[in-house]
Order: sequence, then structure tokens, then C-alpha cells
Amino acid sequence: MKRVYADLHLCPDIGGREQISRIMAKASRLGYGLVAVPFPKFSEEQIRQTREICREAGVDFASRVNFRSRTPEELLASLRKLRRRFEVIAVTCESKGVARQAAKDRRVDLLNFPQPDFRRAFFDAAEAELASNCLASLEIDMKPLLTQAGPARTRLLSNLRREVATAKEFHVPIVISSGVSDELLMRKPKDMAALASLCDLNGVHALEAVSKNPVAIVKRNREKLGPKFVAPGIRVIRRGKDC
Amino acid sequence: MKRVKRRYLAVEIDSCETFNSHEFMDAVWNAVSKLFGEYGASQTGLSLIGYDETEKLAVIRTWHKTLEMVRTALASMTQIGNKQLALHVLVVSGTIKALHRRLEEKPVQ
Repeated sequence: MKRVYADLHLCPDIGGREQISRIMAKASRLGYGLVAVPFPKFSEEQIRQTREICREAGVDFASRVNFRSRTPEELLASLRKLRRRFEVIAVTCESKGVARQAAKDRRVDLLNFPQPDFRRAFFDAAEAELASNCLASLEIDMKPLLTQAGPARTRLLSNLRREVATAKEFHVPIVISSGVSDELLMRKPKDMAALASLCDLNGVHALEAVSKNPVAIVKRNREKLGPKFVAPGIRVIRRGKDC
Repeated sequence: MKRVKRRYLAVEIDSCETFNSHEFMDAVWNAVSKLFGEYGASQTGLSLIGYDETEKLAVIRTWHKTLEMVRTALASMTQIGNKQLALHVLVVSGTIKALHRRLEEKPVQ
């Protein structure tokens, strides 16, 4: 079966229809079958428009929301309100409390750690253990790797390598995303996997990080958000009086 | 003596600007050296086989063992001088003949 490649973090200007069209056409041309775009919390109309554009471009679209909560309580409130409105939930972990809460909550799909700030690298063994018991994956954006140079990139690579080693140790799935808003920073899925090899991901794991892992997240969530879902492993097959 | 395998890469240059073959190859060497150091770069055996400025297509050769290094370095390139660009590897092949055949087979985009 042909592998489906996914980029779960494309960041076009969601107000500009033209830019979204260009980016989606490029994603399709580069070989992506599934893309996700982060939206503000209440943006049904924009999601509908973007879905339409993606259909025209020939790529599958998943809606995504990024939570930048300051406290665990704020994160829980946002999750309660919005989990059923989006197909992918990502949490940008800017404090240890939020990172821990996100890792142990089964409603969170992606844990994102702001890379330029090394003091906010909260993905340690404790965090990885919590994430491995739940459904959260570690998301690594490739944008900083492309935009930084010199010592900053060296530090970034060292940090990423440490995070990847921790994720591997605790079997936390890794998702490689682009995180870009500029077309010239978009790369083919296999080139993204090659870049991921800089973080000590081997060929197989790197390809899974741009295909199997992100696709599994979207598939799982679509199933959950569907009308037939009851609980994991249980779904409605038929309704009616003869059941 | 053991035969050393080679790999040929067809690379698409995605940019509004144009570059000559020297500018392009210097930038590739720079990118490889930046990421893997001069020692790593010296192991890649990089050479430019063909360059079409109008089609924005380059064919470069490297050793089989260093293919991933070169691919990573190409993906990490974002500019030549002050001109922005992106490089996309279209086809990788073991012979130039197969490379051209597969390039022709690729659907026009």
C-alpha cells in the first residue's frame, strides 16, 4: 500500500485565501496527502473555506488548534471546550505544569516544545513516561532547523537529539512537522525525513514520523469524532427497532 | 579492490532567481561543510554532472554511503547569497541512464 505523507503543522495566513491555495497546491505537488493547519479557537467558517481549498488541491485536510495555556487549569478548560471541534489538538508547553498536564491528558495529541528557548525544554524522562501512558506524541518542527545557523543551530540540534532519545526510550511516537508559513521553506516528505536524521532518527523511524504517526493521530480522532463512536473498540453498527 | 557504488541525484531548484552552476555547487559544498564539517564533506565525493539553468534542474553525484548526508544538506539549504531558494530531490538513481529515464517517466507538474 502506498504511504501517505502528512504535515500536521502548516501555518499559512488563514485570512489570505490566495496564500492558502498556493501552499496547499505546493503541499500536493511535494507529495503530501494530508495537511493540518492551526486555527484560532472559534473559526468554523475559515475551517470550511480551507477544507474547500484543500479539496481543490487534492490533499486531505485536518483542523488543528494550538493551546498556549499559562496554567494547567486553563489548559483543562480549553480542552473541555474545544476537543470535539478540532481533529488535532496540540499543546505548546511553555511551563512545566502545563507540559505535565498535557502529557497525562488523553485528549492531547501533540506536545510541542518551543525550541529557540532552551530553558523551556520540558521533555524529560518524567514527561515522556506520562506521554507514553497516554496518546500524546512529541512534535518536532523543522522550521528552526532551516532558519537558524551557526551556534544556535548547534544548540538546537543537541537539544532535539536529547528529546528524541528520551522519546525513543519511552516509546513516545514522534511527529515531524514543518511549522512554516513560507512556501520556500516547505520540503518533500523524504527530505524532511532526511533532516530528521540529524536528530538521530534512523531512516525507518524518520519516515514513520512524517507518515504513519501523524496519519494514525488523524484517523483515530476522526473515528472518535464520528457519530458511530461509543468508546475505544466499541462503535454503532446499525440503528433501528430490529437491533 | 571493492567497487564503490555511486548515486546520482536530480535536484529541482525552486526559486524565482537564477543561479549559475558555480554558485550552485559552491552553495552545496558550503551546506555540506556547515552540517558535517570539512571532514564529512570530503567523504561525500560530490560532483556536478549536469546543470540546466533554464529548467532549474541539476544532476549531482555522490557515494552511496553518503547519500543521506547530501540529501540532508540539500534540504537544509534556504538561500544562495541573498537569494532565497529551496532544493527538492526529484529522483535518486544508481546510473545516469536510469536517472534520465525516471525523470522522463515522472508526471509533469
